[in-house]
Amino acid sequence: MDFGFLDQIWVARLPLLKGLGVSVSISLLSIAVGTVLGVFVGLALTYGYRPVQWLVRGYTDFIRGTPVLVLVLASYYVLSTVGIDLGPFQAGVLALAVFCSSHVGELVRGALQSIPKGQTEAAKAIGLTFPQTFAYVLGPQALRQALPAWVNTAAEMVKASTLLSIIGVGELLLRTQEVISRTFMSLEFYFFAGFLYFAINYGIERFGRYVERKTAVPS
Amino acid sequence: MTNLLEIRDLHKRYGTVEVLKGVDCSMRQGEVISIIGSSGSGKTTMLRCINMLEEFQGGTIAIDGQEIGYETAGGVRRRKPEREIARQRALTGMAFQQFNLFPHMSAAANVMLGLLKVKKMGRDEARTLAEKWLDRVGLLSRKDHFPGQLSGGQQQRVAIARAIAMNPKLMLFDEVTSALDPELVNEVLQVIKALAEDGMSMLIVTHEMRFAYEVSSRVIFMNQGRIGEEGNPREMFLKPQTERLADFLKTSTFN
Repeated sequence: MDFGFLDQIWVARLPLLKGLGVSVSISLLSIAVGTVLGVFVGLALTYGYRPVQWLVRGYTDFIRGTPVLVLVLASYYVLSTVGIDLGPFQAGVLALAVFCSSHVGELVRGALQSIPKGQTEAAKAIGLTFPQTFAYVLGPQALRQALPAWVNTAAEMVKASTLLSIIGVGELLLRTQEVISRTFMSLEFYFFAGFLYFAINYGIERFGRYVERKTAVPS
Repeated sequence: MTNLLEIRDLHKRYGTVEVLKGVDCSMRQGEVISIIGSSGSGKTTMLRCINMLEEFQGGTIAIDGQEIGYETAGGVRRRKPEREIARQRALTGMAFQQFNLFPHMSAAANVMLGLLKVKKMGRDEARTLAEKWLDRVGLLSRKDHFPGQLSGGQQQRVAIARAIAMNPKLMLFDEVTSALDPELVNEVLQVIKALAEDGMSMLIVTHEMRFAYEVSSRVIFMNQGRIGEEGNPREMFLKPQTERLADFLKTSTFN
């Protein structure tokens, strides 16, 4: 048995790389879709008419109170019973995006509500319409406010992407487990996978810091 | 000739509490009117009705003959479309007690925003105009500073430049020195005085009695949601006609 760990990584490089690629795709897609949806959720929670607020509030409370794994399983197994047939990848991304949207929605709501009323009034007083006020006054301030928490949520999504292994999506964790079942090097490969997840999240965190620095307001 | 501002029988309620109980006021081009009165008398609320920062339930406000905020058709009074209200708000400029500068924008960008997005000016034209007004309030050298880098007095002067650069027909000042340290009050009052001398029409809600006395062509004393007394500052301050005003002046400081 002269196959060392590094040799085994080399042998398994293709499935592992593919798994990493799938994990990154799941994460990016669910973060992107979840963020776009979440901004609308946040807007509805903050500015929507009462019935809209109640509806969306129900949505976020329900989603946030449900384990992500349950959402993933429901998305894959339950949706098909009502005629929506999604592949495991699509179903998984949908579940994560929905989960992400409820969290981002809360972030956006919190950020918007933390902006003093005087900002809106000053914008109105110079004749800006509401869409303009949002685009130039409220949005940019909310973005700065929400960014650190958003980075956190994004990192959570990367971690949650591992749950898709349960419904058979060939992402990094599932590929790693397959390699382990062949090589029995569980400690090494789990550690290796952990390192890769850390690297992705470290990258996201650095990116967040970079944007924070770029958009910092001098004072 | 139509008056610049014509307020008739203005009524404003918060829930069941009536804060304006029928205010009438007209104002000609170029007048400088100070509104004084104890807190809760409705003076700030009246100012905020003029640019629809507050809704009002009865009466009319017209600027240059143009009815603000509401239209009555077939006996039904309804709020004008938001786009129209936004356009009407630009007829007036407002400076606030808390300055309300946009913290994520430089002083110049604060002044330029309305010029670019409401007046649809080009960048260069807007920048030139913004710099002209920042110069007028003595802050051209701070044009690239952000609000967090400016003193309260400087922020308020930028806020005034932001409002006035929009070329409003009427400037509304809402207790603009109340949040300032005493040593910073004067620089702001000087700016307002200079604007008054240029013939700007202004409505000034203030607690600075000496300033009101010096700068105004007319003073309005608000009392419990109504106009208690009005007249030229000399008569008002020296010979108050009502006991309410006399009491109010007694408790105010002239400095």
